[in-house]
Amino acid sequence: MKLDAKIPPGPLENKWTYYKGHCKLVNPANKRKLEIIVVGTGLAGASAAATLGELGYRVKAFCFQDSPRRAHSIAAQGGINAAKNYQNDGDSVFRLFYDTIKGGDYRSREANVYRLAEVSVNIIDQCVAQGVPFAREYGGLLNNRSFGGTQVKRTFYAAGQTGQQLLLGAYQALERQVALGNVIMYPRHEMLELVLIDGKARGIICRNLINGKLERYFGHAVLLCTGGYSNVFYLSTNAMGSNVTAIWKAHKKGAFFGNPSFTQIHPTCIPVSGEYQSKLTLMSESLRNDGRIWVPKIKGDKRHPNDIPEEERDYYLERRYPAFGNLVPRDVASRAAKERCDAGYGVGTTGQAVYLDFRYNLINKYGRAEASRRGIKDPDEETLVQLGKEVVKEEYGNLFDMYEKITGENPYEVPMRIYPAVHYTMGGLWVDYELMTTVPGLYALGEANFSDHGANRLGASALMQGLADGYFIIPYTIGNYLADEISTKPIHIDHPSFEEAERAVTERIEKLLDVKGTQTVESFHKRLGKIMWDKCGMSRNEAGLKSAIEEIRSLRKEFWSDVRIPGSANEFNPELDKAGRVADFLELGELMCIDALHRNESCGGHFREEFQTPDGEALRDDANYSYVAAWEYKGESQWELHKEPLIFEEVQPSQRSYK
Amino acid sequence: MEHYVMNLTLKVWRQKNTNDKGRFETYHVKNISSEMSFLEMFDVLNEQLIQEGKDPIAFDHDCREGICGMCSMVINGRPHGPWHRNTTCQLHMRAFRDGDVIVVEPFRANAFPVIKDLVVDRSAFDRIIQAGGYISVNTGSAVDANAIPVEKDKADAAFAAAACIGCGACVAACKNSSAMLFVSAKVAHLGLLPQGQPERKTRVLNMVAQMDKEGFGACTNTGACEAVCPKGISIDYIARLNRDYMMAALSSPE
Repeated sequence: MKLDAKIPPGPLENKWTYYKGHCKLVNPANKRKLEIIVVGTGLAGASAAATLGELGYRVKAFCFQDSPRRAHSIAAQGGINAAKNYQNDGDSVFRLFYDTIKGGDYRSREANVYRLAEVSVNIIDQCVAQGVPFAREYGGLLNNRSFGGTQVKRTFYAAGQTGQQLLLGAYQALERQVALGNVIMYPRHEMLELVLIDGKARGIICRNLINGKLERYFGHAVLLCTGGYSNVFYLSTNAMGSNVTAIWKAHKKGAFFGNPSFTQIHPTCIPVSGEYQSKLTLMSESLRNDGRIWVPKIKGDKRHPNDIPEEERDYYLERRYPAFGNLVPRDVASRAAKERCDAGYGVGTTGQAVYLDFRYNLINKYGRAEASRRGIKDPDEETLVQLGKEVVKEEYGNLFDMYEKITGENPYEVPMRIYPAVHYTMGGLWVDYELMTTVPGLYALGEANFSDHGANRLGASALMQGLADGYFIIPYTIGNYLADEISTKPIHIDHPSFEEAERAVTERIEKLLDVKGTQTVESFHKRLGKIMWDKCGMSRNEAGLKSAIEEIRSLRKEFWSDVRIPGSANEFNPELDKAGRVADFLELGELMCIDALHRNESCGGHFREEFQTPDGEALRDDANYSYVAAWEYKGESQWELHKEPLIFEEVQPSQRSYK
Repeated sequence: MEHYVMNLTLKVWRQKNTNDKGRFETYHVKNISSEMSFLEMFDVLNEQLIQEGKDPIAFDHDCREGICGMCSMVINGRPHGPWHRNTTCQLHMRAFRDGDVIVVEPFRANAFPVIKDLVVDRSAFDRIIQAGGYISVNTGSAVDANAIPVEKDKADAAFAAAACIGCGACVAACKNSSAMLFVSAKVAHLGLLPQGQPERKTRVLNMVAQMDKEGFGACTNTGACEAVCPKGISIDYIARLNRDYMMAALSSPE
């Protein structure tokens, strides 16, 4: 099968306009005859379901949480990018496009990324109209902050709760459509199988998580908006329930998986404190605006951070990357932290942490500005600290509170201790320009697809992509497919393909419950996570990946022969839900290692130790690896690699430099 | 910060399903680190129960960073436990001492029926939002974001109200199981912004009507809701809702 990304013709900046002018349309009367299934209600899913409902399609939306408002987009902190250039600092659609391509280390598709930058401006307009309370200046206009990998201020935000505010906007738009009868919402439902009829996606099998019953749903098209799969690492910044199951089922039914090993390790998370740890908590990248990252210059320095004088601190990001300093992209910042800790300069009880220190900007940036505003002449340092704290509280108050609750330390007084943690997966289902997977009628939106971030996502771009896909892209592209489906009558759920799909789900659940072994689901998940983090995490090498593949295979075998799941299938049974998800992670983990092993280069977050520049930066191999790796499932432990070559017409790939 | 370990006695509400009468059961957990979160302590207990062949305790949780609003639990009589402005998932075990007895119950309210153990059904909140908790604007019809300036103090107040995570602690804390804090936060968030003005009156009338229909009780301004709200939503918003409601009721056509 040849992969066709269906990139529209013409110059880059006209492609989307051309597409919109030429794609097929569905008239309003026909829209009412067409049913669309949306799985997942985060930014991508909620915005898609709401918008498609507004257009008149009949939408069914599903989420495993008790309400669509709980989806993990809610936890995004720092902000959302848009090329508005409200700051008059040289931003433009082209610059956002360029920063994103470069930030992704030249492993994403130009046309998709350009479109993303183009619609970014509409997203902000839409959200403000919905009542999203973005931060504002005293003059009443919108404020911006800066994020990693850029030299302009283009990030819109609502304190450290931007994801929450954007999701509530989309959720409210969705609930409005529910009230109008255009969307039927199914909370506490988990998709466990995709139904194909004549090669097209036509429905899903869900488990009602309250009573355990399996249910069948038909759709003329199916949208998977189910987020990322960072929880394959067990410890990540994802919510406990975030999982790969929906896209994994689709993958096994024919949807190719793009760049599965491309994982983002976020540089600023609260470090692991013990064996019992269930998840990791992010401290927003926006903090790197105002915080300076350092370690002591002396190895194993045990002094209290506030007692270490300025000249004995190594601000290693500012030292290594003078042009971008603390605002280098996430992959670069994470590796630099690991390098210092591995070299013995790490801090805290485990030595696996670095300092993120706000004192300098508390005094010099915020304190001085505030003192000046209030007309305080020659303020002393303590006054500046006090004034600075007030401003910082407004900007990041919730993050500082969160840090204090978890660690018991006050970050206004003592530098935060942070360390990299798994945060986001750039990989996902392969999609073409229309966001359609290799299965006709099956789409993937938001983090669930592989499309826009290449090998490394820039901060504040996940929210942008989720909402771009849902509000502004799928409403056009799905029409181009559904226009040919207007005479397809809804297929009854007694159809043999539904029967068969449901039977497969029933058998799998029975098989899980029948193992009746001795080890808990959680214990398997932890062991898988450790293999993945040690061997397919922040840095990878051939020997490690080969052994990881073997270890995962044997762990999977052990799981299916010794897992213990309490309770039964026909009841509220969170352990059973989790078991199904972990079983899928045990298959995905293997593919991630295979993908990481085959890519004999380093790019973005994919760092192969064998391929690095003399100063430790990622060394790409454009001659051999300038492609998207799209994996086709061929049976247990068998995949076939398909390559979508990446053609750069506008941007010339070069060694990324943030120096 | 000094770390320590502790042994604890837990009295946890167990209820098989909505119709089951339910009862407290006692459990013992050992060697709990003061650095653990409260839900990690529950993870330990559940692993122990599974190993013993018993039914683990069902509880809602997801983000475990205090923002999704999915976790609930009344801990020693207080929704979300002893810490001020906090969710259960962010409560850490350093709030307790060796030998403590901890009583854990679900959020109790007629409008929040128990599904199992500590898990309750809060879909009533979604239906209240459906009744008017939005600004009616279809995708694509928005004007430029900076076309309508919003005074910073109003934008900040709208944000403070919009910070509500919809967990329902306010209902669980209220002797009348009123949802007024939740409803007023949404009414204030949208009503403070220029974009929210066209629907301001219908919104407040419809949301309050839906709240009543769901079986939430009346507000008598005791302030218990604000005291337990993890996001510190102020009861000033309830006063604001009452003003908006009066104004809307007096000026509506009927």
